[in-house]
Amino acid sequence: MESKQNINLKLKVWRQKNAQAKGEFVTYDAKDVSPDASFLEMLDAVNENLVIKGEEPIVFDHDCREGICGSCGFMINGNAHGPKKGTTICQLHMRQFSDGEELTLEPWRATAFPVMKDLMCDRSAFDRIIKSGGYISVNTGGARDANNILISKVNADEAFLSAMCIGCGACVASCKNASAALFTSAKISHLAYLPQGQVEQNQRALNMVAQMDAEGFGACTTTGACSAACPKEISLINIAKMNREFLRASITKKEEAGGGDLA
Amino acid sequence: MSVILDSKVPNGPVETKWQNQKFNMKLVNPSNKRKHTVIVVGTGLAGASAAATMGELGYKVKAFCVHQSPRRAHSVAAQGGINGAKNYQNDGDSIYRLFYDTVKGGDFRAREANVYRLAEASVSIIDQAVAQGVPLAREYGGLLANRSFGGAQVSRTFYARGQTGQQLLLGAYSAMMRQVDLGTVELHSRRELLDVVTVDGKARGIVVRNLNTGELESHEADVVVLATGGYSNVFYLSTNAMACAVTASWKAHKKGSYFANPCYTQIHPTCIPVHGENQSKLTLMSESLRNDGRIWISSKKGDKRLPQDIPENERDYFLERIYPSFGNLAPRDIASRQAKFRVDEGFGAMGETAVYLDFKDSIGRLGEDKIAERYGNLFQMYDKITGENPYKQPMRIFPAPHYTMGGLWVDYNLMSTVPGLFVAGEANFSDHGANRLGASALMQGLADGYFVLPYTVGDYIANTTLGAVKTTDDAFKNSENEVKTEIQKMMNIKGTRTVDSLHKELGLVMWEKCGMSRSKEGLAEAIEKIKKIRGTFWSDVRISGAANEINPELEKAGRVADFIELGELMCRDALTREESCGGHFREEHQIDGEAKRDDENFCHVAAWEWNGTAEKAQTRHKEELKFDNVKLATRSYK
Repeated sequence: MESKQNINLKLKVWRQKNAQAKGEFVTYDAKDVSPDASFLEMLDAVNENLVIKGEEPIVFDHDCREGICGSCGFMINGNAHGPKKGTTICQLHMRQFSDGEELTLEPWRATAFPVMKDLMCDRSAFDRIIKSGGYISVNTGGARDANNILISKVNADEAFLSAMCIGCGACVASCKNASAALFTSAKISHLAYLPQGQVEQNQRALNMVAQMDAEGFGACTTTGACSAACPKEISLINIAKMNREFLRASITKKEEAGGGDLA
Repeated sequence: MSVILDSKVPNGPVETKWQNQKFNMKLVNPSNKRKHTVIVVGTGLAGASAAATMGELGYKVKAFCVHQSPRRAHSVAAQGGINGAKNYQNDGDSIYRLFYDTVKGGDFRAREANVYRLAEASVSIIDQAVAQGVPLAREYGGLLANRSFGGAQVSRTFYARGQTGQQLLLGAYSAMMRQVDLGTVELHSRRELLDVVTVDGKARGIVVRNLNTGELESHEADVVVLATGGYSNVFYLSTNAMACAVTASWKAHKKGSYFANPCYTQIHPTCIPVHGENQSKLTLMSESLRNDGRIWISSKKGDKRLPQDIPENERDYFLERIYPSFGNLAPRDIASRQAKFRVDEGFGAMGETAVYLDFKDSIGRLGEDKIAERYGNLFQMYDKITGENPYKQPMRIFPAPHYTMGGLWVDYNLMSTVPGLFVAGEANFSDHGANRLGASALMQGLADGYFVLPYTVGDYIANTTLGAVKTTDDAFKNSENEVKTEIQKMMNIKGTRTVDSLHKELGLVMWEKCGMSRSKEGLAEAIEKIKKIRGTFWSDVRISGAANEINPELEKAGRVADFIELGELMCRDALTREESCGGHFREEHQIDGEAKRDDENFCHVAAWEWNGTAEKAQTRHKEELKFDNVKLATRSYK
């Protein structure tokens, strides 16, 4: 663990009391920051000072702090999860920054992700997209022996790469249309690569796309900003696969697909 | 008065106990199931799988989680794998061998019948996960791949690169979301349990705080299931996620659930070492790395040389030296303790608190590509955190608090000492004894949720007269008032100490006195220190903001208050258990650095009963452990 000199930063942070309030940027100093600290540990220290001063600490969503739970995420100078490729904010370390830098921290901005407080927004729309069909309909207990389903290594690996999505929402935040196409397509692809998932693939594509639209996410214009910002580097090819799945399902549709609902 | 607890383990040979129990259970008629409400708190592997399965059966399920999305529960972070006694590798595995390894791995402090049932369920879990589309690793022929984990000499661990937990959780989560879509499961996210409500001595509901609005809500049910995880965050620095807490279990404890073996905590051998004062958590490097990585230190004390400058003949591969038959795959408690001993003796890597985990030999043997395929994301994670490239130089690792084997006491049916309150996954105590083997936490969470609770909860409902209760009843109102009063009390202190600073202070005491090595004097000292911390908390804590809004400081404060009380109980439990077993190492009880059990006096579970206030020490009860199948013996991995 290399030790460099500690640094000082200026943070311009979006502060918003609650979902209804009007927000504004407030500037804070982050002093004497260790380059080995993570970005969130730097914010912890800023917050500790705010509490001592009797002010309200900056609220941000976070939990595992090892890049897998998908809780954290906000914009640093306009980049979702900050400047480092393939990295969540909790895994971003202060050695990426230099002394005296000014950083602007802003929540994800999307109609479907309303801001709840400061840097925290409501991403439950993603759960409703999964609820609309992001599963294989199998009850507990009836499964056959796992090795009776042969899956080529290539397909298993492809399915895994799509399944790596952590649902953080960086794709939506980085898209000029606030489209959820990368998130939705990753789940559709994951299941479509596997023989178990193919039974319901048509219905799944129709339902999940319908729900995605119902939530108010924008349309995909394949600029690829989503994939570039994705901390798990989910490939844009998933979107192509989703479009293919959706097209085939639309053409061969036999029964009425369920519309989206905003429960 | 101390009592002997009845585990309700059915009679008969261990191989048929569960089968017979299932047959003897009373069933609930399908059309009656929808009349019964089951509350499931927590949506990790145990909670999500229980909610999904009971929803499928037709119960009215209400699922609660503190996260915004149930998919973010800490099961998501499990890396290495899940055991399944499939014997796909033809290397001599069987249900009995998994059972045997787990009982032995737990240093003979687990309940045999539970462990056998766990090993049986392991087979069905793999089938269920694959049917759900969990992308477990495959060989070129399309069959499932396996790897080895600590404490076993067979390859029975299934995995999805370094994200097995996430993939299995997404399987359970999607099964649960399917039930949400079908209307059998009602999801309540961003809710934190703050009380368990009992009516006529039975658990009949919960009080939760809505973390978005601060409102308190009551929910009634016929059965309450807690699947709320472990308590390693009592150490402040651990591999647990920030929101992991003992709060749900602790509130249940205060309502009559005995807390079992709180001192059984697992310190995981391979974590990234602590790097500074502001560090908020520790990061695990999966045990699977020990398949191909070799652990070593310099054979010279205080050696400050870079690892690459230390020649081969001056390296001490201490696990291979001490445990030739298991080598780097010795169980976690043993591997951790040996690393600590080396550092204490002054052999730490570059003079620091760390040992090396080296992949040079396996990269030489298999090539960098193969190693990247197996552990790519872990290497990347290490690089991100430390700024060092593990392909080029060995990792530096050190043990860190990871998993807690202790938890709420449950009988064979996973019911606590409060009727109608069931506990699953890491939150209960039953299956891992004094040490958990790698790749068995995911297995236990899913076994409890998919294959045990759906049966035992039904049996309880079918056998119990459950009168109607409403959230407007006094029991709920009183609970809500108590919770409200406690929150107000905390908010009104307006002192000078931040919640985090108190948590750090507690964590340091726990790590130093109740961590990898414990002594009579140290534990007695810790109990006094923790009492002082409790005093400081309740007189000088400072919580900003208000109680009726999103307030992470208030959430943390409530959790830390419970950790302080738990910490004291952990020390008392460790002090009373005058033996060493698994992760519980008492300096007074050892033979050459190996744990020395006392089967004559301590072959039992210690289950503590709350006595109404934190001022009054809990009462210790016992459940005697019998080993009819795996003979009590000194564990040896040499």
